[in-house]
Amino acid sequence: MKPLQFSAPTSLDEALSLLSGAGDGAGVLSGGTDLIIQYREGHRALGQMVDIKKIPELNVLEFDPASGLRLGAAVSCAVLGEFAPARRHFPGLVESAELIGSTQIQSRATVGGNLCNGSPAADSVCSLMVLNAVCIVAGSGGKREIPAVEFMTGPGRTALQAGELLLEIRVPPPPPNSSDAYLRFIPRNEMDIAVAGAAVALTLEDDKRTVKTASTAICAVAPTPLMVPEAGAALTGAQMDDAALDAAARASEAAANPISDMRGTVEFRIHLAGVLTRRAAVIAKNRAAAN
Amino acid sequence: MSMDTKRIVTASINGAEISVMADNRMSLLEMLRDAAGLTGTKEGCMTGDCGACSVMMNGRVVDSCLVMAAEAEGAEIETVEGIADGKNLHPLQRKFLEHAALQCGICTPGFLVSAKALLEKNPDPSDAETRYWLAGNLCRCTGYQQIIDAVRDAAAEMRSSAK
Repeated sequence: MKPLQFSAPTSLDEALSLLSGAGDGAGVLSGGTDLIIQYREGHRALGQMVDIKKIPELNVLEFDPASGLRLGAAVSCAVLGEFAPARRHFPGLVESAELIGSTQIQSRATVGGNLCNGSPAADSVCSLMVLNAVCIVAGSGGKREIPAVEFMTGPGRTALQAGELLLEIRVPPPPPNSSDAYLRFIPRNEMDIAVAGAAVALTLEDDKRTVKTASTAICAVAPTPLMVPEAGAALTGAQMDDAALDAAARASEAAANPISDMRGTVEFRIHLAGVLTRRAAVIAKNRAAAN
Repeated sequence: MSMDTKRIVTASINGAEISVMADNRMSLLEMLRDAAGLTGTKEGCMTGDCGACSVMMNGRVVDSCLVMAAEAEGAEIETVEGIADGKNLHPLQRKFLEHAALQCGICTPGFLVSAKALLEKNPDPSDAETRYWLAGNLCRCTGYQQIIDAVRDAAAEMRSSAK
């Protein structure tokens, strides 16, 4: 391994100037649970690491009923999980973030890093997508917004341009009678990567039975996590009867485009996409009805 | 920007301020073992899967193989060497011995650090809570039951002595 420069800037300007022009040779270090392994195993040939955890803007964690959740890119999953407003308003997002790795990994890993790492199996990205989250990024040309649904562009690839840094994720405030859920399948109870996953966010009518709007997404079954608008449409206007749930499951199965690998076959993953969509929808509905 | 590729890292390790020269490529695990001479923390996988290198960093349990040494600047680190009070073993250490919760012992320092963090957060963890919390610590010898028994027995003793 060639010599490595390391810096821990305390301001955004300093970080952007370090990243500017450094290209792939500069690694943005937040929790490091992906980056350090990729660096050590030779998948990322880095000349420098820029630790972003000391930049105040990247540590924001706030909830406002009018503007929603602000989640800084350097906030660990453990800290997010301890933030009561996030647990209350976005239980699906929190459960997807808490599924990432062990207690030790939770202390370090971030939702921002889950986005930037670009894994097709990124649990929390599925949840961000159904919640209409927006990613705020900064580069030498200023700030811009990237919807979470457009952030990942392929395995290990994102919409971030060279020199750009993810600052924070904004999740819009939850409408009344709404909630979300995330489920994944792994062959053990903890500490694994999704064979398939599904997230559902929905809002109920005032009767707390009929679905007013629903969004669903699936992951680990395509090159990136995928929105499945047909599944959301199948749930909309329904009362979580079997016909609507079956239609949503069929829509996720049709959208899934997985590969076979050590974690599961194409057939198994397609089946899981449907089952998990169906079960996550029921959980989200029950949570929304209890709100 | 500094072009240095090594640096002096100063951190509080088990309450003592320690400064070591660390190459920027070095992990916190290597810094503890090779630079600070604290070899209680073990290297298992170097990929954050096994938990043998678990240490406390600023109050949270982390895999020290997945922390860069340079990140430890100014941090408070606690390792297995800081768990006993002099020659008096911590209740967790005594219960690991009583329950035969170790065989080869390589995973034990990580389990002790991680279990201590659990009991500080939750003095009365259920069997399931203990197993989930410790899921990032692998043991290839004991089959885990003795470890879970030891942690919950230590928790019970610590609760009764705190009364």
